[in-house]
Amino acid sequence: MPKDQGIGASSKRREDIRFLTGKGQYTDDINRPGQAYAYFLRSDVAHGRIIRLDTDVAAASAGVLSILTAKDLEAVGGVPCGWQVTDKNGEPMKEPKHPILAEGKVRHVGDPIAVVIAETLAAARDAAEAIECEIEELPAVIGMETAIQGGATVHDDIADNLCFDWEFVAENKTAVDEALASAHHVTALELVNNRLVANPMEPRAAIGEYDAARDEHTLFTTSQNPHVIRLLMGAFVLSIPEHKLRVVAPDVGGGFGTKIYHYAEEALVTWAAKHVGRPVKWTADRTEAFLSDAQGRDHVTKIELGMDADGNFLALRCSTLANMGAYLSTFAPCVPTWLHGTLLAGNYKTPLIFTNVKAVFTNTVPVDAYRGAGRPEATYQLERVIDKAAREMGIEPVELRRRNFIQPTQFPYATPVAVEYDTGNYDATMDKALQISDSAGFAARKEATEAAGKRRGLGIASYIEACGIAPSSLVGALGARAGLYEAATVRVNPTGSIAVMTGSHSHGQGHETTFAQVVAEMLGCDEGQVDIVHGDTSKIPFGMGTYGSRSLAVGGSAIVKSVEKIVAKAKKIAAHLLEAAEGDVTFENGQFTVAGTDRSVSWGDVALAAYVPHNYPIEEIEPGLEETSFYDPANFTYPAGAYVCEVEVDPETGVVSVENFTAADDFGNVVNPMIVEGQVHGGLAQGIGQAMLEAAVYDESGQLASASYMDYAMPRAGDLPMFKVDHSCVTPCTHNPLGVKGCGEAGAIGSPPALVNAVIDALAPIGVTHIDMPLTPSRVWRAIQNAKA
Amino acid sequence: MPTVNMTVNGKPVSGEVEGRTLLVQFLRETIGLTGTHVGCDTSQCGACVVHIGDDSVKSCTVFAQACQDADVTTIEGMANADGSLCVLQAAFQEHHGLQCGFCTPGMIMSASDLLAKNADPTESEIRSWLEGNICRCTGYHNIVKAIQAAAATMRGQQIAAQ
Repeated sequence: MPKDQGIGASSKRREDIRFLTGKGQYTDDINRPGQAYAYFLRSDVAHGRIIRLDTDVAAASAGVLSILTAKDLEAVGGVPCGWQVTDKNGEPMKEPKHPILAEGKVRHVGDPIAVVIAETLAAARDAAEAIECEIEELPAVIGMETAIQGGATVHDDIADNLCFDWEFVAENKTAVDEALASAHHVTALELVNNRLVANPMEPRAAIGEYDAARDEHTLFTTSQNPHVIRLLMGAFVLSIPEHKLRVVAPDVGGGFGTKIYHYAEEALVTWAAKHVGRPVKWTADRTEAFLSDAQGRDHVTKIELGMDADGNFLALRCSTLANMGAYLSTFAPCVPTWLHGTLLAGNYKTPLIFTNVKAVFTNTVPVDAYRGAGRPEATYQLERVIDKAAREMGIEPVELRRRNFIQPTQFPYATPVAVEYDTGNYDATMDKALQISDSAGFAARKEATEAAGKRRGLGIASYIEACGIAPSSLVGALGARAGLYEAATVRVNPTGSIAVMTGSHSHGQGHETTFAQVVAEMLGCDEGQVDIVHGDTSKIPFGMGTYGSRSLAVGGSAIVKSVEKIVAKAKKIAAHLLEAAEGDVTFENGQFTVAGTDRSVSWGDVALAAYVPHNYPIEEIEPGLEETSFYDPANFTYPAGAYVCEVEVDPETGVVSVENFTAADDFGNVVNPMIVEGQVHGGLAQGIGQAMLEAAVYDESGQLASASYMDYAMPRAGDLPMFKVDHSCVTPCTHNPLGVKGCGEAGAIGSPPALVNAVIDALAPIGVTHIDMPLTPSRVWRAIQNAKA
Repeated sequence: MPTVNMTVNGKPVSGEVEGRTLLVQFLRETIGLTGTHVGCDTSQCGACVVHIGDDSVKSCTVFAQACQDADVTTIEGMANADGSLCVLQAAFQEHHGLQCGFCTPGMIMSASDLLAKNADPTESEIRSWLEGNICRCTGYHNIVKAIQAAAATMRGQQIAAQ
């Protein structure tokens, strides 16, 4: 019988009550007394020199409190980058300044030039229209291939627009070249990983507030990691010490990576609140979100896979152009490098791997991590080239993968790309996916489809990802300018109820429920006794936040460590109360018992004794029952799985419909199956969206042609099927206390290659070997026509 | 500025509005009902759906002034009189039909209109009805399940009542 509480139970989410009744509190729902409104004047050209910027007329408009431009912000720093990648020549990456308002030049459509602070939003907008801004347009640098040829430059001092030219694993280069030269067969593929816009449904928003009497700043913001914002903004942009700066990320309406980063608007409202002496509120409209939220993916890749006559993988060589956009966003440099190159072994024993990544500045919105971040790009190229190789070698795609899978007996497995997988079983998830997708019945379904004049295809993909980000010393060696541990305080109140202050941040993941399940399981108490507090730097000890499927694996582990300390201390108190030796006291179902006797004290008695220490081992331990832990993971976690997609393609129109989609994932242990399945559903929708619908399209002048929901095709209910998901194949993580791996990004990583492989399977008989995402009807139709010609 | 009067969740409300004030701005800013959300600026996302009379409407597409004397229901007016979740809200919780919660008010308002007009919708009818509501978190799977389950519960209640 399924549990109804604790680890393994599909506990219903407590946070749902406020969201279902309209009582959530998102940043834009907050209004501070006397608040003013900010509106940003943004560049409408991709690249240009600001010739004249005159705010005098606008400043005289009704209701305007202040208009700020770069010259008002000389004491303010630029937006910092949190990761430094080293070039193949040993030089640090190029790191141009990212001013919070344009300094002399604009570098992408949407680059903020000025901000108007006014009594109302309407007044601020009206005044912004009266700002006289003359821009001498410069040639826009858009395509990456042309960008690196020289010519027009995004930054005046970077002649080839190259941020860095990275090689990994450099020592393998010659061996890879030789292995490919002598391989029985080499399969090569060129592909594009399309640029995406994360599009959380809540647009970014920020409210700055300043208390002059106390010299304290507060920022309410739509962030996945309020402490990271406090650190970056406080230390690097505004020079406000942490104890004078509170950052609150209240209910946040989705993030998917794009709310990790520190943005100019956050710094601006914080600074302006002191400047005008009023709280200052800014909320992006959706167009602004398209023009200012960090975007995702955008890789152009060549990949070659060498095999022997039996299809054993011998070597893999990749080269990628990765778009950085106009400036470096917070984690941008690590996405195409350390979150990408290290995953190129996939689930396979490929002994030799080499990749070259050139990161390119263009006059487009900055690009950074989006759900999966580097790992979807690695998985997509690998799973596509393997599928192509299977066809060229005449080996079934499933069989070719199985021949090369790392075997369960080989763990821990050190890949040639610097990571060590702790555990896994890739055949198990493949078996499970094939079984629940009824792949055995595919031939009959295909016959029926073809009888109706359409084509049907079956696509397979395996994936692995590195989650639970990340061991601090390792990422430090790789260029991170931060540690990636997590912190948690567990506070037992005098009457026994529990508050957990976690540095993880929930913006849809249901931490308030899942984390309470973990604590309740460990303490043998009701989940309702446990409250989860997150999202406020004034309440939480510290935190690195939520991304990289890290919350339970890293944040949850910090909670476990604190609960363990609580139990250890409580046992000492119980032993004293029971007049027993500490070693004889056991703790089960909320009772402390002297082993082998019926003498026991309850959890509540111990909690009360800790706060009313009349009869208490005061010489041995302090009063109170509160513990804080910082957990730094020993390794990444490695969720893995197999996905099966079945599509129908209408050859007359090019329309693809997803008929079945199956995901079999190994997430290690699962705390709340209902929430885990929901995470997979959402990831699948975003991955299928990437594969079929979504694309951020810039025209040659640098205008974002897809800057609204009229033009950017978000997946809608009618685009998607019901999903079949399974997480019953479990190889627990070996190095964190819960044995969990993380489930947030898997769906978005494994699904694009499964879908594209399915469409190619449907069209291979007529000679189609590749179509770049998104597989829109026009692209599919064109590929069919080209194959026929 | 002209004053507009309407009924919101059964209570009379009034406020001064500009000609350009949208219903969603009136609800959120003038009378402080922030459960209705704004997720786009092109009437695509549906986070702002409310009921005007018996129909679900995108409140970002209606001027507040046009709602003089209208009977408006928002997400804040959907729970049962005792404060407990209504059938549809409860089904969303039971079937995990929400994650970040931002699109949820619009989903609930849109789905309740569907169920008022079609007591037994097929999966395909539900997906088609939700064309104007975008969710980025759930992949719609559990939203569809929740609406199906709510429809079944409501049909059962109706039969019981008869």
